[in-house]
Amino acid sequence: MSTAREPEGPVAPSPGHGSPLEPAPFTVRARAQDTRDTVTLALAPTGGTGVRPFQPGQFNMLSVPGRGEVAISISGDPGRAGEWVHTVRSLGLATQALAGSAVGSLVAVRGPYGRGWPVESAGGKDVVIVAGGVGLAPVRPLVLELLRHRDRIGRLEVTYGARTPEDLLYASELAEWRRRTDARFQVTVDAAGRDWYGDVGVVTQRIPDTRFDGRNAIAYLCGPEIMMRLTAEALEARGLPREAIWVSLERTMQCGVGLCGHCQLGPYLLCRDGPVLPYGDLAPLLRIRGL
Amino acid sequence: MPDVGSRWILARAEFPSLLGALARAGYRVVGPTVRDGAIVYGSIRSVADLPEGWSDRQEPGTYRLERREDRALFGFNVGPHSWKKYQFPPREQLFTLHRDGSSTFEVAPPPGDEPPTAYLGVRACEIAALRIQDRVFVGGAAIDAGYARRKSRRLVVAVQCGQAGGTCFCVSMGTGPAVRDGFDLSLTELIDAGRHEFLVEVGSPEGARVLEGVPLRPADASDVRAGEARVAHAASSMGRTMETEGIHDLLLANLESPAWEDVGRRCLACTNCTLACPTCFCHSTEEVPDLSAEHVERWRRWDSCFNLSFSELHAGSVRTTTSARYRQWLTHKLATWFDQFGSSGCVGCGRCITWCPVGIDLTAEVRAIRSAAARTRSGSGGSP
Repeated sequence: MSTAREPEGPVAPSPGHGSPLEPAPFTVRARAQDTRDTVTLALAPTGGTGVRPFQPGQFNMLSVPGRGEVAISISGDPGRAGEWVHTVRSLGLATQALAGSAVGSLVAVRGPYGRGWPVESAGGKDVVIVAGGVGLAPVRPLVLELLRHRDRIGRLEVTYGARTPEDLLYASELAEWRRRTDARFQVTVDAAGRDWYGDVGVVTQRIPDTRFDGRNAIAYLCGPEIMMRLTAEALEARGLPREAIWVSLERTMQCGVGLCGHCQLGPYLLCRDGPVLPYGDLAPLLRIRGL
Repeated sequence: MPDVGSRWILARAEFPSLLGALARAGYRVVGPTVRDGAIVYGSIRSVADLPEGWSDRQEPGTYRLERREDRALFGFNVGPHSWKKYQFPPREQLFTLHRDGSSTFEVAPPPGDEPPTAYLGVRACEIAALRIQDRVFVGGAAIDAGYARRKSRRLVVAVQCGQAGGTCFCVSMGTGPAVRDGFDLSLTELIDAGRHEFLVEVGSPEGARVLEGVPLRPADASDVRAGEARVAHAASSMGRTMETEGIHDLLLANLESPAWEDVGRRCLACTNCTLACPTCFCHSTEEVPDLSAEHVERWRRWDSCFNLSFSELHAGSVRTTTSARYRQWLTHKLATWFDQFGSSGCVGCGRCITWCPVGIDLTAEVRAIRSAAARTRSGSGGSP
């Protein structure tokens, strides 16, 4: 099976003794509580040796030593060197420990791994970004990168959905983005109380209202698999070919470098070949239950 | 020193001198030995540790040791163990992380003091399996440090199969029975009424170095022919065949075949096949902290795609049914392995058939998928 792009940079850098599985020490420099169960951490190398550049959509393996390791996408600004920013939702032992990390505490980090969003492919095209829930985190570096080089693309349409207004990530930044005139950010929630003045409904309902030229556009999707599939189908119905749709997939990842076998989806080792892959190749696989 | 490619004859009586030469060359020797009613790989200190005079009878879900009429040292086929337990140990420490009260930590790799190891009695299918795992662990962008270290310290002493087992199908997979390359030394056991000798072929300069001082005589054309006849006999007595034509596309075009449901009802998801398989590499990582969490060990251990937890995400497992897990295993082994690592993941050793407690035979499962696809095609006239 083919992936329609060139490899983008090194796959498996190794911070330790030549083993890609050995982490390096990082210190929590800043911590923001995004929602009830989600925090954003800025991590800098302990002792300060700088961090590798990353591509939007790549991930790191993070652990609070002794509490288990977990793959978390990088959600920071690719233009800002010196630290890695990660948004962590507290779900299991490892993510609970990370989300509970105070400023100054130690985190073991290795990466960045995987293949991210093909940013260059957006050149001259309308860009549609659709994110659901914590799926905004891997998309944030992409949005920041596109906004930095706003003149290189056509329209920029970002649709973000969460369960409730309280689950929306990056609230103040989102408010800033929504004030922009050179891009449109639509926000929708599944359910809200009386104090919510925005849209209610799932992201796919916003697709008919999304403005793009299907003959010259690219879409980046990140969220629950069912959301991405339905969104991709809605975009196809609007005339966007599936080859122009990119999705970021989630599977358990334990090594991050294609050795442990956990993150397989058909022919792909998602940590190595993904997590971002062309929907054109994935559509037949995502249709099948339990793959 | 003997040349690479040269062939020699080692008398059975001189076999201990080969073991002695391996030890002198600095190798610990591991190889086949009888334990708990099976031939498994373990430490070989003398010829007495080898399964002299033993053979095995293998069928789906059946393995029995039987006495041979002769005193062959290698007159059997592969057992439940494979060399992967040495290359890729079932449980391995990756590193220890030491905090020691400081604001940072040190990562200490494991000692990495495995001795140079001679694998004695490696069959053709097993050489193919070693190469497949080599591609997984050290053939890509990420080099697994422990595996690479152990690979650099292994010496392969191959043994040519003189007979095939009831679940063997290496001929179908193109991996045997002849050992052609990928060895340091290769042995063909020549045994009949009046003769018990080994045809020795030198496969590498290191193999040649090891042979120095071992009493050998040059092999003549009739010795070589006798060796070839043994391998030809193995090739003609395969217990099974696998139809591999178009197998990648066949399996991937039939991910919803009713055959998966059928095998899912028989499969116990016991993981025996993945543990016995010489190429299965999936593993899980775990952390072991001391009470203070100042010292944390990270380990990995063999895992299996048949475990429900293997595909677990926060919302639950991806592969919730046994049929989905069997499909993952078989399609990975025979199809998507090509996409991921450039070859099949199956070498035709038959271990997964023999050691399946309910006797599921992957060659039969592939046939079932093939015939279900053919029925669909002829029934509906549509594409599979």
